[in-house]
Amino acid sequence: MMALPQAKQDATEARLAALTLPVQDGWTRAARADALARLTKSGLPGPRDEYWRWTRPAELNAVDVPGAAPMDESDEAPIFDGIDALSLVFRDGVFDAEASDDLTLEGVEISRLSEVQGADIHWAREVYGALELRGQDPVVRPFAALNTAFASDGVLIRATGKAAKPICIRYVHEKSDSDPILHHVVKVEEGAEVTLLEAGAPGARFNTVLEADIADRGTFHHVRAQGRNRDRRANTHTFARLGEESVCKSFTLSLNGALTRNEHIIEFTGDDAAAHVAGAAIGDGKVAKFHHDDTVFVTHDAVNCESRQVFKKVLKNGALGVFQGKILVKAGAQKTDGYQISQSLLLDGDSQFLAKPELEIYADDVACSHGSTTGSIDEEMLFYLKARGVPHARAMDLLVLAFLAETLAEIEEDAIAESLRTRLENWLERHAD
Amino acid sequence: MLEIKNLHASLEEEGKEILKGVNLTVEAGKVHAIMGPNGSGKSTLSYVLAGREGYEVTEGSATLLGEDVLDMDVEERAAAGMFLAFQYPVEIPGVGNMTFMRTAVNAQRKARGEEEMSSAEFLKVIREKAKEMQIDAEMLKRPVNVGFSGGEKKRNEILQMAMLEPKLCIMDETDSGLDVDAMKLVAQGVNALRSPDRGFLVITHYQRLLDHIQPDVVHIMSDGRIVKTGGPELALEVEKNGYTDILKENA
Repeated sequence: MMALPQAKQDATEARLAALTLPVQDGWTRAARADALARLTKSGLPGPRDEYWRWTRPAELNAVDVPGAAPMDESDEAPIFDGIDALSLVFRDGVFDAEASDDLTLEGVEISRLSEVQGADIHWAREVYGALELRGQDPVVRPFAALNTAFASDGVLIRATGKAAKPICIRYVHEKSDSDPILHHVVKVEEGAEVTLLEAGAPGARFNTVLEADIADRGTFHHVRAQGRNRDRRANTHTFARLGEESVCKSFTLSLNGALTRNEHIIEFTGDDAAAHVAGAAIGDGKVAKFHHDDTVFVTHDAVNCESRQVFKKVLKNGALGVFQGKILVKAGAQKTDGYQISQSLLLDGDSQFLAKPELEIYADDVACSHGSTTGSIDEEMLFYLKARGVPHARAMDLLVLAFLAETLAEIEEDAIAESLRTRLENWLERHAD
Repeated sequence: MLEIKNLHASLEEEGKEILKGVNLTVEAGKVHAIMGPNGSGKSTLSYVLAGREGYEVTEGSATLLGEDVLDMDVEERAAAGMFLAFQYPVEIPGVGNMTFMRTAVNAQRKARGEEEMSSAEFLKVIREKAKEMQIDAEMLKRPVNVGFSGGEKKRNEILQMAMLEPKLCIMDETDSGLDVDAMKLVAQGVNALRSPDRGFLVITHYQRLLDHIQPDVVHIMSDGRIVKTGGPELALEVEKNGYTDILKENA
């Protein structure tokens, strides 16, 4: 093995020295040890890594957490307000039992990573760190390995039937130097169905991993709103493996954020499955730094599967957006239908959008397309709205919402999509200038 | 109602003068038609009045009910009572027709210091008016003009006009792209809006729309000016002999 560059090794060692492995006598022990070995081998990302070309990992690597004051979001209704869901609350990464509902729900088994270390949960052992490991090839994802090794807690969800209602993980960020590492595992058994919601920023800086293993004919819906915290540094990975005729839909809304890197790693292993990944991000560089990176890797290794990536960003006053999306179609993955679109709306000349769409195809009977656009507000539309008496600022908002509407349309549940649309409208109202 | 005096306007980028001294007065309760060959400046006049970007007014004035419209923002002109029915209504994917109209109606009311329309009231009114324009609930739900046929787009323009109840309606080539039945429907909608306190400026290339919307006054525009003004018979003359004769006698 080639030795790591000294600087990278030093940075990795320093970071690891500051972390403590959780109690190691549980069923996660082997997975954690393996992950740590992987991480030691790969090192944490550095400025020269191609995969981190447009997003500098230094703040995510730093031993000292870049401070982030908590955000008071009480001026609007909580995210997913009015959605009847089983609520689980994490306060700066620490589970708050008092504020949470009982972990009982028809159609699912719910437990917590930190609680069941001593028990042996077969289904979770087969998933924990396993999807993350599969996602390390062909591109290493050191932060995900770090997460598997050091995660302090997380939610383990096993859907055995149709979940009676969505499960909502609510994050509360109170300490300006919190640095939680949370690892959630979802197993959707054959024909089962569950919706997972995530709301808010887990901490000042956070590293979250979600592994979702969806068995044949299973359905998994994931909708996430990452909170409004301006100074937070976010690093998230969502790994999904899809069995035959299964469905996975994941949507992320990001408002503000000094540094956000959301990775989705999707793998089709069973035929006739469908995965849709979508995201809407909006940032105003005038108020605080905004850097948002969506990195997606979809691997088709089965026949007749459909994948969709729909990502849109609205960038204002020097905000920066990044999109790296790849569709890999392996030999034999015939009849693949792969679609990818990444678009940005730049509201001024200072903002920037960097996109790297990629297709890599080894099968000959597939339909794959990808597109990326960067544009400004359509003057014709703006004039039409204003000619009907709609004031300039409101007309701009309508057009911004219209631009993002295509991503919200990817959300299955109308009530959930509506809840996020309201968040967006409120954001636009606060940033009208 | 609308008073245009010696209006000169140029294309901002090329500096090319399109309007070369337009004089026109539209009284309340009257329908004025502007006819003229292609390139005479008819549509430019409507754009300059509505406040579209890309034109520079170099001379002259335009007032609506005594107020200088050229000094107002686009949305202020609308709130002051000006409505332009577009020749090519714009498609706006992602913005629902209902949201759009309700936003527009209430923004204008707010700008005029009037009470906003409640959801219930708005729904009731728009359903009634949409029915008259044969616009079904499905079309109201769709994004603005997206997937609408040419005729549907024009009917949607008239529905907006009916909802906004402007003081001055400017119609830019509303007949273009319409078959006879659609034109009748649009004309019906317009005629229903005729009232003693509302003025109309109907811009058209052909006389046929004027069969259905009877004008009080007809103007012929050529090379950026109004060169002849007359009664409805002037439109018939154009229909019969084309523009050449009229333009010759005014040359």
